[in-house]
Amino acid sequence: MSHGILSQILDYANRANPYPLYEELRRTPVFHDGTGPYVISTYFDIQSLLHDPRLSSDSRNLAATAGDPLAGGEQEEATALPPSFLKLDPPEHDRLRRMTNRPFGPPHSPYRVDGMRGGLKDIVTGLIDNLGDTERIDLVDQFAYPFPVTMICQLLGVPREDEARFHVWADTLAASLDPDPDSDPAERQRKTHDSRMELGMYLAGLIEERRKDPGEDMLSQLAVGHGPDDSMSTMELLSTAALLLIAGHETTVNLITNGMLTLLRNPDVLQQLRREPGLAVPLVEELLRFEPPVQLLPQRTPLVDIEVRGITIPKGSSMWLILASGNRDPNRFENPDRFDPHRKDVQHLGLGSGIHSCFGAPLARLEAQLALSELARRLENPRLLEDPPPYRQNAVLRGPRHLRIACDGIRP
Amino acid sequence: MADSALDQLKRSGRIVVVGASLAGLRAAEVMREKGFAGTLTLIGDEPHEPYDRPPLSKQVLLGKADAEHTLLPRRRDIEAEWRLGVAAIGLDMAARTVKLADGDEVPYDRLLIATGVRARPWPNEAEGELAGVFTLRTREDGAGLARALAAGPRRVLVIGAGFTGSEIASACRERGVDVTVAERGDAPLVGALGGVIGAVAAELHRENGVDLRTGIMVTGLEGDSSGRVRAAHLSDGTTLECDVVVVSLGAQRNTEWLTGSGLGAGPRGIACDAGCRAFDLRGIVTDDIYVAGDVARSPHALFGYQFLSLEHWGNAVAQAETAAHNMLSESTDRRPHLWVPAFWSSQFGVNIKSVGVPSMGTEIMITQGSRAERRFTGVYGYQGRIIGAVTFDNARWLQFYERQIECTAPFPPPFTTVDRRADGQRPIPADFPDPSVPTHGPTITLSGYSPADRRIATFTPAGH
Repeated sequence: MSHGILSQILDYANRANPYPLYEELRRTPVFHDGTGPYVISTYFDIQSLLHDPRLSSDSRNLAATAGDPLAGGEQEEATALPPSFLKLDPPEHDRLRRMTNRPFGPPHSPYRVDGMRGGLKDIVTGLIDNLGDTERIDLVDQFAYPFPVTMICQLLGVPREDEARFHVWADTLAASLDPDPDSDPAERQRKTHDSRMELGMYLAGLIEERRKDPGEDMLSQLAVGHGPDDSMSTMELLSTAALLLIAGHETTVNLITNGMLTLLRNPDVLQQLRREPGLAVPLVEELLRFEPPVQLLPQRTPLVDIEVRGITIPKGSSMWLILASGNRDPNRFENPDRFDPHRKDVQHLGLGSGIHSCFGAPLARLEAQLALSELARRLENPRLLEDPPPYRQNAVLRGPRHLRIACDGIRP
Repeated sequence: MADSALDQLKRSGRIVVVGASLAGLRAAEVMREKGFAGTLTLIGDEPHEPYDRPPLSKQVLLGKADAEHTLLPRRRDIEAEWRLGVAAIGLDMAARTVKLADGDEVPYDRLLIATGVRARPWPNEAEGELAGVFTLRTREDGAGLARALAAGPRRVLVIGAGFTGSEIASACRERGVDVTVAERGDAPLVGALGGVIGAVAAELHRENGVDLRTGIMVTGLEGDSSGRVRAAHLSDGTTLECDVVVVSLGAQRNTEWLTGSGLGAGPRGIACDAGCRAFDLRGIVTDDIYVAGDVARSPHALFGYQFLSLEHWGNAVAQAETAAHNMLSESTDRRPHLWVPAFWSSQFGVNIKSVGVPSMGTEIMITQGSRAERRFTGVYGYQGRIIGAVTFDNARWLQFYERQIECTAPFPPPFTTVDRRADGQRPIPADFPDPSVPTHGPTITLSGYSPADRRIATFTPAGH
């Protein structure tokens, strides 16, 4: 094991292809360099730890974050919002997630996501129609980025006329997760803080309106609240809305962009997807395995000393679970480095597992399926203008910052 | 050896599967998957291709699914010769033939027995035949009971508050039908999960408007002049008017057809080794007869090598896969069936899941969540180790506890977890009823002694 593999993983130079580093990491399934986090990289260990009730997602249980290069990067605390359910343990986690799920998914809202299909298709069509100069398309800025924000506006019930303002805040907040090392950190932090405050104020106003005059949108449903858990406090609601916005946003951008990049690198699959749009369903699953938008989960800590593979991980230690590495573990998947949308055995870790498994998964899947099948169908002879593309800074939420492509035209 | 007996079997052998339900179908699929190209015959006493049973006590009774439309999905084409609607009535082990009710004899090179269980009928035959009296096991049962519930009965009586009985009561309440549940034990589910969890189940029943009566027996059913059930007599001397009665007293294993065959088959099932090979009467393992599913009882390393009979959907699938694999493998390639028992139920809007053998446990500890919220994990302890676990609406943690059972982790668990509450600080007696007092019966039966016990000098299979 070469020294400093964690810093190599975080090093931007390795962003385009971190997989050889993960392979190296898997040789030491429980990696610990003495000061940093305990890093878990094999499929079965990650899978079982995600179901281990001795592991906490609440950072208040961390003994110390010294030596963890990913600790303390979260901005949520800056505005004194309570932690979102992503960073809470049961029972608080369960209560908030359950309430959030009520207006979102089964059993109480089984048709919410499917009901968005038409709206999503319209957004996709509109964005593709407006791609403009087909010799120079930046698929991130022109497609993969605006798509989820427009979608989340619809989901939450942000009025169309406010979308532009909403976009700016969303962009700034998403960018704060992906700090550009050349920018001034103080300036960046100020902008993030301001955006968060403004967004919070805006959402608080919207919530007040919805309490008086609720609609069918999720914010209304959450604000009114019914069912055994009653309703969320305004602060909880703000945290939850911010979580839906951020978590459901950057990840989807990367899923779609990674998807198109992978398709352009596998033109036979792209051709096949054009002929059979239904292939999008298994293809997105394989994509979540092959290039997961969330590469690792850096916020887990044991409540007691636990033993993994004979190694004791002390209570309060910081742990990283490298989902993207587990997804390429040859002990779990045959030919793990091969992209094969026809793979039958594809129970990946791309959306996590256990109680924190991706809340927005049904929507993310639908968005990616629609986006990729429509891009495949409508772009004529698409090709990459640079490979690898420039990546975002972020090693956790990994994806291209730009994806410059060209094509011969847009089919109707 | 270019052309071994195994190669011959695979190429042109005859495999017969008796029992055309979940285990039989899955086994047949695995055999074809493994390259079996010979004749594959599936024999079933029901006239249907294999269908799924769990929906019968849930969606079907709610009118959300049609009993006719629960055919099991096929994993692959099995190109079988189906002998449906005709029961197997005998086995000649020496001649290697299965006798059918229509007089036919089907020869085999390898036999898989997956005849499962049937509903235990109401002991008084005449009363059991009254119109409006049901059991629930088959598709016809499900369709009939669903029709009876849809007709808006005045009151349904469910006899026995095991999983099926509780699910039926739940469906009744969801449909707005008045229902009484009579249970001989002290609480619903008590045989499978013990009194501590049974008390939670009892509250669930009552909160949902079930007229739950425990510690009581139904002594007789009474029909009207047209032969329709109209009332039930209870052991406390009362009479209950009801127009639908569901007898939910557990299951009986379908082994009678093997009487006199020389196979180690009896009321507790068919004894087999860990590789699903059936034992004969003398306790000697056969090499051409295999067993899978509810009818099998096999020794399990995790539970002291006691013989385990499981009425669990997942067990039927896993055991069928193992049996099929072993039937077509050299002895060195065979593998044991070491599935950790697991089952689930859905009642009164609560998802109940369990792993391991809770009924072996003497103590229980609520390690996560709380019983008052109906959302918790209970861990069962037996002689200082974790032997089982149950969750109410908390299933995502179950995988962890299953692992704890598999590695014989200590009980009480020495660690803290997320969502540990005040009532989870210490173990309490699990409160299982005395096994000699009959209840509706657990879905797991442990039988036989551990090899370490050295209690018996001779081997006499039960029922012979």
